[in-house]
Amino acid sequence: MKIRQISVFLENRKGRLYEVCSLLGQAGINIRALTIAETESFGVLRMVVNKPDEAISLFRKHNITANLTDVVAVEVPDRPGGLAEVLKVLSDGNINVEYMYAFVEKFSEKALLVFRFDDPSGAHRVLTSAGVTVLTEKDLPNL
Amino acid sequence: MIWNEKIETMPLEDLKNLQSDRLVKLVRYVYDRCPVYRKKFEEAGVSPSDIRSIDDIAKLPFTTKLDMRDNYPYGLFSAPREEVVEIHVSSGTTGNPTLVGYTREDIKLWSEVMARALCCAGAKPDDIIQIAYGYGLFTGGLGFHYGALEMGLTIIPTSSGQTKRQLKIMQDFQPRILACTPSYCLYMAEEAKEMGLDPRKGSWRIGIFGAEPWSEAIRKEIEETWNMTATDIYGLSEIIGPGVSQECTYKEGLHLFSDVFYPEIIDPETGKHVPEGQDGELVITTLTKQAIPLIRYRTRDIVSMTTAPCRCGRTSPRTSKIKGRTDDMIVVRGINVFPSQIEHVLLGIEGTHPHYQLVIDRQAHKLDEVEIMVEVDERIFSDEIKQMRALEQKIKKEIEAVLSIGVKVKLVEPKTIQRSEGKAKRVVDKRVL
Repeated sequence: MKIRQISVFLENRKGRLYEVCSLLGQAGINIRALTIAETESFGVLRMVVNKPDEAISLFRKHNITANLTDVVAVEVPDRPGGLAEVLKVLSDGNINVEYMYAFVEKFSEKALLVFRFDDPSGAHRVLTSAGVTVLTEKDLPNL
Repeated sequence: MIWNEKIETMPLEDLKNLQSDRLVKLVRYVYDRCPVYRKKFEEAGVSPSDIRSIDDIAKLPFTTKLDMRDNYPYGLFSAPREEVVEIHVSSGTTGNPTLVGYTREDIKLWSEVMARALCCAGAKPDDIIQIAYGYGLFTGGLGFHYGALEMGLTIIPTSSGQTKRQLKIMQDFQPRILACTPSYCLYMAEEAKEMGLDPRKGSWRIGIFGAEPWSEAIRKEIEETWNMTATDIYGLSEIIGPGVSQECTYKEGLHLFSDVFYPEIIDPETGKHVPEGQDGELVITTLTKQAIPLIRYRTRDIVSMTTAPCRCGRTSPRTSKIKGRTDDMIVVRGINVFPSQIEHVLLGIEGTHPHYQLVIDRQAHKLDEVEIMVEVDERIFSDEIKQMRALEQKIKKEIEAVLSIGVKVKLVEPKTIQRSEGKAKRVVDKRVL
C-alpha cells in the first residue's frame, strides 16, 4: 500500500544536484518522480526511484545523507477538479498532507501523485474507503 | 597620576614582605574556612605552617577551572554566603557556569584595583567615563563602575549595545574615557561614519579595552581612527573581574597589581616556574580576597612577565599582552567560548553526536560572527523541511542560551567539515586579531 521515497539532504551549492543525479544514472537507477524543497542554505531532494534499496546503499557508500520515507501514491483523475476531489476525501477524513508531488510520466488515463502524510496508514484507509486507487510498489509499471 | 602611590611604587623588597605576610595569612584563612582547600592541601602534603614567605608558594597546589566547576556553587567559598554581597556568573566549559562571589571587602578591593587601573590608563578625577562593557552577570560593566566611583569620575553607564545611542551620548556629554571591548570600539567607528560623524572629532581620548585578545595592529587602528590612546586591561572573573592588570600610558606591558594578585609564570606542562621574560602560563593567587580566595589559579593565559622598573614609577611586575591559551578557549565579543560547550549542546539534541565546527569571523570593522556548522547524518535527517528548520532553530537557541551570544547554525552534508588525521577540526578562527 505504501511506496518508499528516498529523501536526500543537499547543501545549496552549485553542481550538487547534478552530482547526486549522475550517481543514480551511472548505477542504472531510474527516477520516476521527484521534488526539491529548499531553504536558503540547504535543500531536501525527494524522489521515487525504481530501485530504492540500491539507491540508498549507493548514497550511504558516497557519504550522502539519505533515508527512506513511506509515502502514498494515489491515482488522481486527470481533469479539472480531479485533485480537489481527492483532497476533499483527505480533508473530510481529517488527514493532513505534509507535501505532495507528481510522477514524471503517466501510466494510465489518470495522473499519479505522491503524498506524504503524517499518518500514512490512516490516509490509506480513508482513501481506499472512498474508492480512490492507491498503488503499491508492485503496481507501478517498470519499477 | 598614581592612585595608591605607597603601594604602587613600593620598593620591591617591601612589596615582597607584604606579599609574604599576606600569603601566610591567606593560607591559614582558606585552610580554616574552606574544606575543599583543606583537602587539597592535605593531598599535596602541605600544611599552613609550611608557608612562611612568598617563596614557599610553589609548595601549594594549583587551583583550576575544574575545581570551580566541581565545587559549584558554593564549595570554594571561604566566607559564609550571608557575607557575600554580590555574585557574578560566567559560562563554564561544560554544564555548570563559573560562579564568583564578593564580600563587602572584596568589592572594596575591586574598587581599589579598578581605580588604580583607571589612573594607570591616564584618568584624572574630573574625567567623564563612558562604560560600554555589559552590566549584569558579566563582570566588565560593574567592575569599571566600582573603580570609577572610587575615583570620583562622572560615570555614564551605557552598558553594551545600542551603538547609535552610545555615539549620541558621547557627543552630548563629551566623555574623555571610553571602556569597552576593542572590537566594539572599531565597530562604533563604522557606525559613526555611517551617521556622518568624524570619529577623530569624537570626545574619547583614552580607551580602556579588554575582555578579548587584541594586537598592536588593532591598537594602531583604534588610535588613528578615534584620535585616542588605546590601553589594554586584563582580568578574569575568577580572580576579581577587570582590574588584575592594566597598561600605563607608556604601553610597555600591563602592570599587575601584585600586592593583591600574586603572579607566577609556569611551564603549563611541568608546572615549574619559567625564567623571567619567558612565555608561560599566568598563575594568580588572590592574596587578600575573602569570599573566594584562589590559591595558584591557572588562568590558562600565556604571557611573559618582567619585574624591571617602568618609566611611570610603578614597581609592579608587567606582563605582555596575552599570547595564547593553554586550552581551546576562544573569546568572542568578550565572551569566553569553549568548543566543549557546543559539543555538550549537540549531545543533548536527540542524543546524537554529530560532527561540528565553529567558524569565527570578523569582517573589517564589524563584530565577531560565529557560525556553527553541523553535519547532518541519517539520525538527525528528516525529509520534512519544517523538521530540519526546527532542528536548526533548536541548536541555535540552545547554543545561544549557553554562550549568551548570537550564533548562526548551518546544516552541512557529511564529511564537509575538514578532518586532520581522522579528527575534525573544531574551531576555525578567521579573525585577524
